[in-house]
Amino acid sequence: MTDYKIHLLICGGTGCKSSESDEIKKSLKYWIDEANLKEEAQVVLTGCFGFCEKGPIVKVLPDNTFYVEVKPSDAEEIVKEHLLKGRPVQRLLYKDPHTNQQISDSKGMDFYKKQMRIALRNCGFINPESIHEYISRDGYMALGKCLTELTPEETIKEVKDSGLRGRGGGGFPTGLKWEITRNSEADQKYVVCNADEGDPGAFMDRSILEGDPHSVIEAMAICGYCIGADKGLVYIRAEYPLAIERLTTALRHAREYGLLGNDILGTGFNFEIDIRLGAGAFVCGEETALIHSMEGLRGEPTFKPPFPSVAGYLGKPTNVNNVETFANIPVIINKGAAWFSEIGTEKSKGTKVFALAGKINNVGLIEVPMGTTLREVIYDIGGGIKDGKEFKSVQTGGPSGGCLTKDFLDTPIDYDNLLAAGSMMGSGGMIVMDEDDCMVSIAKFYLEFTLEESCGKCSPCRIGNKRLHEILEKITKGYGEEKDIERLKLLSNVIKDTSLCGLGQSSPNPVLSTIANFEDEYLAHVQEQRCPSGQCKALLKYEIIEDLCTGCTLCFRNCPVGAITGERRQPHYIDQSLCIKCGACYEKCKFNAIKLS
Amino acid sequence: MDTVQLTIDNKPVVVKKGITVLEAATSAGVHIPTLCHMKLDDLNIENKPGGCRICVVEVEGRRNLAPACCTEVAEGMVVNSHSIRVINARQTVLELILSDHPADCLICAKSGNCELQDMAHQLGIREIHYKGEQSTYREDTSPAIIRDVDKCIMCRRCEMMCNEVQTVGVLSAINRGFNAVVSPAFEMNLDHSVCTYCGQCVAVCPTGALTEVDQTAHVVRALSDPDKTVIVQTAPAVRAALGEEFGLEPGTLVTGKMVSALRRLGFDYVFDTDFGADLTIMEEGTEMLNRLSRFLEGDESVKLPILTSCCPAWVKFFEHQFPQLKDIPSTARSPQQMFGSIAKTYFAEKMGVERDNLIVVSIMPCVAKKYECGRDEFKVDGNPDVDYAITTRELANLIKLANISFDRLPNEDFDMPLGESTGAAVIFGTTGGVIEAAVRTAYELYTKKPLPKLDFHELRGMDGIRQATIDFAGFPLKIGIAHGLGNARRLLEKIESGESEFHAIEIMSCPGGCIGGGGQPYHHGNAEILKKRQMALYQEDSNKKIRKSHENPFIIQLYEEFLEKPMSEKAHHLLHTKYFDRT
Repeated sequence: MTDYKIHLLICGGTGCKSSESDEIKKSLKYWIDEANLKEEAQVVLTGCFGFCEKGPIVKVLPDNTFYVEVKPSDAEEIVKEHLLKGRPVQRLLYKDPHTNQQISDSKGMDFYKKQMRIALRNCGFINPESIHEYISRDGYMALGKCLTELTPEETIKEVKDSGLRGRGGGGFPTGLKWEITRNSEADQKYVVCNADEGDPGAFMDRSILEGDPHSVIEAMAICGYCIGADKGLVYIRAEYPLAIERLTTALRHAREYGLLGNDILGTGFNFEIDIRLGAGAFVCGEETALIHSMEGLRGEPTFKPPFPSVAGYLGKPTNVNNVETFANIPVIINKGAAWFSEIGTEKSKGTKVFALAGKINNVGLIEVPMGTTLREVIYDIGGGIKDGKEFKSVQTGGPSGGCLTKDFLDTPIDYDNLLAAGSMMGSGGMIVMDEDDCMVSIAKFYLEFTLEESCGKCSPCRIGNKRLHEILEKITKGYGEEKDIERLKLLSNVIKDTSLCGLGQSSPNPVLSTIANFEDEYLAHVQEQRCPSGQCKALLKYEIIEDLCTGCTLCFRNCPVGAITGERRQPHYIDQSLCIKCGACYEKCKFNAIKLS
Repeated sequence: MDTVQLTIDNKPVVVKKGITVLEAATSAGVHIPTLCHMKLDDLNIENKPGGCRICVVEVEGRRNLAPACCTEVAEGMVVNSHSIRVINARQTVLELILSDHPADCLICAKSGNCELQDMAHQLGIREIHYKGEQSTYREDTSPAIIRDVDKCIMCRRCEMMCNEVQTVGVLSAINRGFNAVVSPAFEMNLDHSVCTYCGQCVAVCPTGALTEVDQTAHVVRALSDPDKTVIVQTAPAVRAALGEEFGLEPGTLVTGKMVSALRRLGFDYVFDTDFGADLTIMEEGTEMLNRLSRFLEGDESVKLPILTSCCPAWVKFFEHQFPQLKDIPSTARSPQQMFGSIAKTYFAEKMGVERDNLIVVSIMPCVAKKYECGRDEFKVDGNPDVDYAITTRELANLIKLANISFDRLPNEDFDMPLGESTGAAVIFGTTGGVIEAAVRTAYELYTKKPLPKLDFHELRGMDGIRQATIDFAGFPLKIGIAHGLGNARRLLEKIESGESEFHAIEIMSCPGGCIGGGGQPYHHGNAEILKKRQMALYQEDSNKKIRKSHENPFIIQLYEEFLEKPMSEKAHHLLHTKYFDRT
């Protein structure tokens, strides 16, 4: 093996790949060859660095130089200046928006300072297609330790003591789940990895599988050892081709190295993992629906109990954990439950990965200790609100989470606090909204999603969400009445109270939390037919200010629906019944004679 | 037996461990309304997807409401079945369902028999607070069943029947969210699918989403045409169920009133499908004995077991699913078709009526019979042997339409010659009946000795698959019985794998046999009704003077005058059929 002195790590996550990171790699290699550095410098395509806002990212080791927004054409300069002459390319360094200082080492960047990477420990560090690199960072050590030093009971105890809770949304104690599955007697059991990540904007599971697939494989084998299963299944959506490809490669390597298959590490333990592709139905993230989908049945939930840990895949005890949950396991085993449980809050241990999105400066993937406040995440890591606008709300927990106001910014993030605040942890989506966002429209947007993704099995979710959406539609169109708000609350509560699965039980959360936190906006819509943030097009009114109108006819000529009339050099008039609120007149008018109300 | 104690509506209840809150409540006399749930005791049929959410109850300590139909009882559980929270939720959920349901109750085929309508009444819904888009789908009409899925409430009963009970696999939920509905794959039409028209989906549909093709208008038109001679035949199971439509106790035999009503409706002759059933026994019994004797003589070309072929849904089932076995079932036509064939030849000749001017109507407990009488092989130059098959329910509607006070009708007898029948024929209407009737005749033809006893209790009952060995004067005749196509499939798979040792097998598609047919008065999930109808048929059998098909004097006469002997060439032509590979 060549002993390289310089490593160039390029983000090979889906986002950066679509921004030509493959091309950057090719280019870098070309210029390294040209510079005769082939023996010294190595180019590695890694998993996601998380700082997607500034991607594609190239990191140079050992000096830890962090280049942002790199283009393939920058490769020549990086090689010639940095590698050959030892002068980092200044223009590609990250510039701190507050101090305007260029920061070369990612450790000095606000985005990374408050992060703590456990689940994402290898993402952006190793080549996910190399099992050597995984092993070099303590990979498969935990599996070895379990198989040779710990009994299944001891291993489960370690996981229980760590306080790890399910990262897929429910927050069920992982060790307890393993114990229940272990105690279910059966001739066959299964370990299932839920990689059916479906929240809009969430990509933590995808990033882990793309950046560190072996961590999941190792954890599944450990779980198999604990519960007494020799078969694992990864249920992953077919829309994640890169993750599937890297996982497939990793599985092949693990088999070749005897880390999967029969008699693993000579201990007599057998474990094999297969991949099952999902078609992308959101509800298949619900474990019973996921299991039915794997069985070839319609992906819809069934009543629990029986829980999968008692009767799951093909009726056999099945332990279902999410990707991020599994990614934590090897670290817990290696560093111990005590170390892990030191991190986080009283009832939520460890870290949590969030996908930061929306009106925030640093969009990306972050991992913070439980207990970090929303303010730290949004302002310190996320760099605050885009374009200096005012923060309005943050939506956590995916489409069925709640929208929290600035009053909750100092809430330490953990399962229970978010629930108490009227939202939830979910799988870790975090969408930030600013003053321009209409909260009624936001609630409607999320309902559109759950409406599409409901399986249709139970009446409250199938029809109730549709009706909620229709009422919201009516409000945003200016036909809302005050009693509609009461109706929304009543219906939302019944849907939550009566729905079969978690989807329906939480789908009205965006409605309830926006009403609770932004009732004035609802009232403006229904009482004054006014959208305070100007987002509801139907509520906008374009009017011509007679005194300013010169009768130039420009608006008349640009109106696509002929709603504007008037004589040349005379003030014009907009017929409100014809106006489609496209804003063409407003934009064209040179005299500011059109007002928007 | 392990028990648990819980409290339902402040009432302490001790129940068996493992049962549901719904069952516990029922046993304690607490009625919890249900919509999607359906359980047919003794038939092992249960639908509990937990989908409608009408049966939700409050369980102390639980975050959300629990569906009583799916929630298992637990020690110390405190259940409230009608708190304000529960009532509000129940009403809201029902309003939601109604908000996506056509409000055409006034003209809906299911009006008065609709479980959704009943629920709206029971929960006192006077206003639907949620208005909005309603799902609309194209109506799907087949020869027997109409799917008007705008009225589907996703209870999934039909799907459960089609997949789990019948293993036909045509109906399943498609689409997602608000657009989810039960349909054949790719929204294919039923008549392009492998649907057998067994009608069990219709039998369990709580609303008007699945109904039979109504042919009463055709019948009325024929009855009012002076140029037509209109005759009617009534299937055995109808007489044991028709009374229910007029408020009589399930299991009340109304044979005489039914005949009387049909005469008042204007049928020129009121005959009995039971005559066809006796004829079926003559043909099928003879065929069975032929195959059996040749088999016993070592003829290797003979295939056993012989399977009955009276049930059109069963015939279509094996034509789709087991075409490789299509040589095994008896070639005998069903009683309906034998009757039609004889009516339009022997009887028409006797009466001097042109075939085209003779209309044969049948009253059937079945919707598949509508499809059967339209099969090409049962037509002569395009004219069907049986013109219209209407269900028990359709007949009840006709009687109501004609202002006939059913309960005040006198008992009348069928017309002759095609109205004479035996006790053997009447039990065709229940599972086990066809084979018992066949045994009564085959035994005497085979052994040339009179039967020591006529009641074969070993062949009766409600178990899905039954077996019995009958002593045929020293020869142990092994008989299998299956009702429900899923049970039939199990037997067929055994035949295919060579594990089956049966000589003869009776198969009926509907659970319970024709008494549980898709055209019968709705049982609304009450399996007791089926058992009472079954008992009524055995009662009718034991009341009959003649109880063996081969002793029916008009059958004897028919052979003497017209058919010569069972399995004669003429009989072959008129009373037997062939099967097709429909894969």
